[in-house]
Amino acid sequence: MSDTGLPAAIEALRRVREDPHRLGHRAHGAEAPVEGAGHGATGPANKRIVVGYGFWIFLLSDIVMFSCFFAAFAVQRDATAGGPGPRDIVELPRVALETGALLLSSYTCGLSFAATNARNKLWTQIFLLITGLLGLAFVGLELQEFISLASRGITPQRSGFLTSFFGLVGLHGLHVTVAGMWLATMMAQVQLKGFRREIIHRLICFNLFWHALDIVWIGIFTIVYLMGSGA
Amino acid sequence: MFGKLRWSAIPIDQPIPLITSVVVILVVLGVLGLVTAKGWWPYVWREWITSVDHKRIGIMYCALGVLMLVRGFADAIMMRTQQAVAINAAGYLPPEHYNQVFSAHGTIMIFFGAMPLVIGFMNFLTPLQLGVRDVAFPTLNSVSFWLTASGALLVNVSLFVGEFARTGWLPYPPLSEATYSPGVGVDYYLWAVQIAGIGTLMTGINFVTTVLKMRCPGMSYLRMPMFCWTTLSASLIIVAVFPILTATLAMLSLDRVFGWHYFTNAAGGNPMMFMNLIWAWGHPEVYILVLPAFGIFSEIFPTFSGKPLFGYRSMVAATLFICVVSMMVWLHHFFTMGAGPAVNTFFGIASSVIAVGTGVKIYNWIFTMYGGRVRLTVPMLWSLGFIFTFVIGGMTGVLLAVPPADFLVHNSMFLVAHFHNVIVGGVVFALFAGLDYWFPKAFGFRLHEGWGKAAFWFAFFGFWITFAPLYVLGMQGMTRRLQHINIEEWRPMLYVSAFGVAVLAVGVVCQIVMLVVSIIKRDELRDVTGDPWDGRSLEWATPSPAPFFNFAVLPNVEGEEAYWGIKLRAIETQQLSPEPKYEPIEMPVNSSVGFYTAFFASVTGFALIWHIWWLAGLGLAAAFAGFVVFAWRDVHEFHVPVEEVARIDRARRAAREAFLARLAQQGALP
Amino acid sequence: MPGARWRTRWGKAFARTAAFGLAASGLAGCARSVLDPVGPVGADDATIMIDATLIMLAIVIPTILLAFWMAWRYRASNTKAEYLPNWSFSGRIEAIVWSIPILTIMFIGGLIWIGSYKLDPFKPLPSKAPPLEVQVVSLDWKWLFIYPQQGIATVNQLVVPAGTPVRFSITSASVFNVFFIPRLGSMIYAMPGMVSQLNLQADRPAVLFGQSSHFSGDGFSDMQFQVRSVAPAEFAAWAESVHRAGPVLDQGAYAALAQQSQNVKPYSYRGVDPQLFHAISTLKIAPGPGPEPENPSHAGREVSTGGRH
Repeated sequence: MSDTGLPAAIEALRRVREDPHRLGHRAHGAEAPVEGAGHGATGPANKRIVVGYGFWIFLLSDIVMFSCFFAAFAVQRDATAGGPGPRDIVELPRVALETGALLLSSYTCGLSFAATNARNKLWTQIFLLITGLLGLAFVGLELQEFISLASRGITPQRSGFLTSFFGLVGLHGLHVTVAGMWLATMMAQVQLKGFRREIIHRLICFNLFWHALDIVWIGIFTIVYLMGSGA
Repeated sequence: MFGKLRWSAIPIDQPIPLITSVVVILVVLGVLGLVTAKGWWPYVWREWITSVDHKRIGIMYCALGVLMLVRGFADAIMMRTQQAVAINAAGYLPPEHYNQVFSAHGTIMIFFGAMPLVIGFMNFLTPLQLGVRDVAFPTLNSVSFWLTASGALLVNVSLFVGEFARTGWLPYPPLSEATYSPGVGVDYYLWAVQIAGIGTLMTGINFVTTVLKMRCPGMSYLRMPMFCWTTLSASLIIVAVFPILTATLAMLSLDRVFGWHYFTNAAGGNPMMFMNLIWAWGHPEVYILVLPAFGIFSEIFPTFSGKPLFGYRSMVAATLFICVVSMMVWLHHFFTMGAGPAVNTFFGIASSVIAVGTGVKIYNWIFTMYGGRVRLTVPMLWSLGFIFTFVIGGMTGVLLAVPPADFLVHNSMFLVAHFHNVIVGGVVFALFAGLDYWFPKAFGFRLHEGWGKAAFWFAFFGFWITFAPLYVLGMQGMTRRLQHINIEEWRPMLYVSAFGVAVLAVGVVCQIVMLVVSIIKRDELRDVTGDPWDGRSLEWATPSPAPFFNFAVLPNVEGEEAYWGIKLRAIETQQLSPEPKYEPIEMPVNSSVGFYTAFFASVTGFALIWHIWWLAGLGLAAAFAGFVVFAWRDVHEFHVPVEEVARIDRARRAAREAFLARLAQQGALP
Repeated sequence: MPGARWRTRWGKAFARTAAFGLAASGLAGCARSVLDPVGPVGADDATIMIDATLIMLAIVIPTILLAFWMAWRYRASNTKAEYLPNWSFSGRIEAIVWSIPILTIMFIGGLIWIGSYKLDPFKPLPSKAPPLEVQVVSLDWKWLFIYPQQGIATVNQLVVPAGTPVRFSITSASVFNVFFIPRLGSMIYAMPGMVSQLNLQADRPAVLFGQSSHFSGDGFSDMQFQVRSVAPAEFAAWAESVHRAGPVLDQGAYAALAQQSQNVKPYSYRGVDPQLFHAISTLKIAPGPGPEPENPSHAGREVSTGGRH
């Protein structure tokens, strides 16, 4: 039960989360609600839970914002105004590379957080760096895609369809760019301040953000590119 | 170098904005000068501008809201008087100007008047009522406030540099696109609201987390005060719908600045999409305003009836019901756009269904009074005025939810009367009730009762005299937003309505006089015990004003109405509960990141409006740098030693003991 | 304090009476009210509006009276009323309290369902006479009416034969507007690139007014148009007379018309390009231009064109 090596409070949380109705823990384990978890009536939750929870709520709000852009894309999918349509702009090989880079970066991000949990500064930084480079590759490829489209006269000013295409994909790319700036800041903070409590909290948030962006990309990749090329 | 900005942006050819701007600038300079001359800057900076204390932030939000309500009311006076004099005549406001006035009126009232006030209440009360020390993210709270203030600043800057939007408070395309609104007005609107909207979104996140994860020991969900439930619901709605506003305004900005085609006429743009998106935000927005207003009444009715709220669980269910259904009704704002009977029917029925939740609440408040000892104080007057006004407004709302009826009065003065009926009768009455009720908790002295009652009566009658004629005008076919009126028949009702605004103005003056008189007589009106109204929830357990840490020891709650139980026990045993074991407290340090961020948000917004691209980039970079600097700080909390905690709390206990002794003397104890 | 009590209870009763009295007096002598319709669509709309109001008043008035009675009866100075300091729940009252709004809304829901289908603007009106076709284009800031069957067009003036259903096909050549003739009933949006349909009928000859019910810019206040419903024979005569004089609405004349102008007096065209409406509604002809773009002499501030006529 306590062989994960996690702090006791976290361990207790983990048990509560895995088995909220205490089906497997009748005979042993804390009967009362865990203090500091913010459950029911045990007083305010501890900072780590509060920060993580708040960031999840923020992520939900960001997903709502993305869904507006997805909705606009769905509405304007046929509004090509006589110009290029989905099939004219989708280049699957490049998209496959972008997807690979981003998915891999999610994996390395997870590895960096495992290193953080183990309080290993070197591997945290190494994996964060790889994550950042992969993210940079993603953004670079996307910029390359936009520039190549623009050179063919395919710009968002051309039609409603292209507007919502560039808007949706561009919004995601902007998020990845900002996340990259955040990543660089986190690397600097980890380097100079080590694994202080608030740095860990920020790394939790950063990880959540990076993974969320990956999930949004899956949506974009499917709806915009795969469905666009086949439709 | 300066984008589109030129000296000719200053409206020297338009006397009204010019004179207003000069007066406003002089007043602002005067205030800043006074603060400087008296050497108050260190205090103001330390105690208010960089404060992360939810009580201080709440008060600043309310101050901003009240100030902007007055500005919005000035616009309203202009609108009513213009419509009264411009009947088969030109009036004194040409269309270019009048159209800005009504657009500014709506924008300011909703975004910078009502929202800050509601959020101010949520800020001030929620941690106190939950028995905790502050919200989940105190520094983020400060950022939220200053971003809202930044938006308000931008709107007011439009008065003297450039112009404001002329599209109405929601900038419908194609009118709001660059083709038909080439000026900077819509851009001022877009960036002011966008910046404030980000602040509000962060508030929503803050309060969802606070209510769900930060309550004192023993306070389970069903022991929370009703106001906290409404804070939670409003915050959930904020989190769900403010991103829609962000997205939609961003899309319109992209259309205007870069020539994209989200909502344009040409090249596949879709203006109907804007209607759907903006109202998918816009309808839940009014529930963000009204749910905390309902929460305020749920605190006032029990206190001034001397008994608990009737049907607490029902109220919770009704609140959550309204929260969810409010996001399913947006199409009722454009039944006449031709979506067809099936779609109209669904949204019409959904809109009517919300009335079920609201109706339940009204009846529960009524039955709270049943078997009570109702004290007709100023907050209670506002509450009774609310019941009368809001129920009628709700009725006209359900009327508008019937599509064939809406086909007759959509966008007419009937609609204008309806939404003012519910917003003024619901939200504004609640805010004034709440300001009177919680003013002593914030400042340590009550507001003058006589002037408060006068303010109520003038507001109540002023409201009805202003808006009842508008219902009639709507039935007579008059549409909204007319700069001049060509139909003689509408004259009598327009005159009555203009008179009503004068009555409302007297009410506003009464409020100001009430504040001044209360400050002058504050020693007589002092709240010595911290519990001037015989309250029932935890904020009344603190002294007035509450200490910066709220509670020396977090209370242990055993039932609904936490403080009422504590009070009854003290009265029964004729003594306070034993002195708790004091411990040192950690409180968050102040931070200037909010003010700094907002400053650069304003700079960036202004730069984007005028297309000064280098300045916009600089502003964003500076804001980012500010975040990084903030993230670098090593000290997050300051330590309050146990002696300090004990000293402050013992003073509170002494005041309470004296209160208890007085009650015993008066024979109020059993 | 007796005074306060009196002011509270009677003050509010007075306000209520005054409000309704105002409404009633306003409507009593009024000739241009949506509750005084001249056609079947308007009549049905108005009936639904009145029915819904009565259903709700049946609930709203007792509720308000109950609230005031409760506050007065249980006022603090009334020691005769029982004080129940701990009473806060009653299952029976809860059941009633939830049922009243639910039942009311069920009635209203029925009205909504039936009314929305019956009064769908796109639905043609039953009639022996074939409908008159009118094509409507909202411009900045006037209304263009094209009568394809008669081959004429008018600006800010609509003439229809009484007793004949009129089928309006509505579009816009600039921004959103709403086509509304209050005493004929239902309004509907005029949108560029789209064609809305509206079926109305005037049962008897009358002079009415129509307007735009969606703010569309600086000249919006003058977007009223005169509506005359006349006997069918008179309508035919009127159409004939329009044929005899006035300019022709071809592409060139239309381009001039599409420029922004305010407060346009009604006039007519003796002929109209039969493809014009289709071209406008499919955006083959671009929408009208906007105001003068802002320039250095009034930086950031758009100057309204078309104000000087």
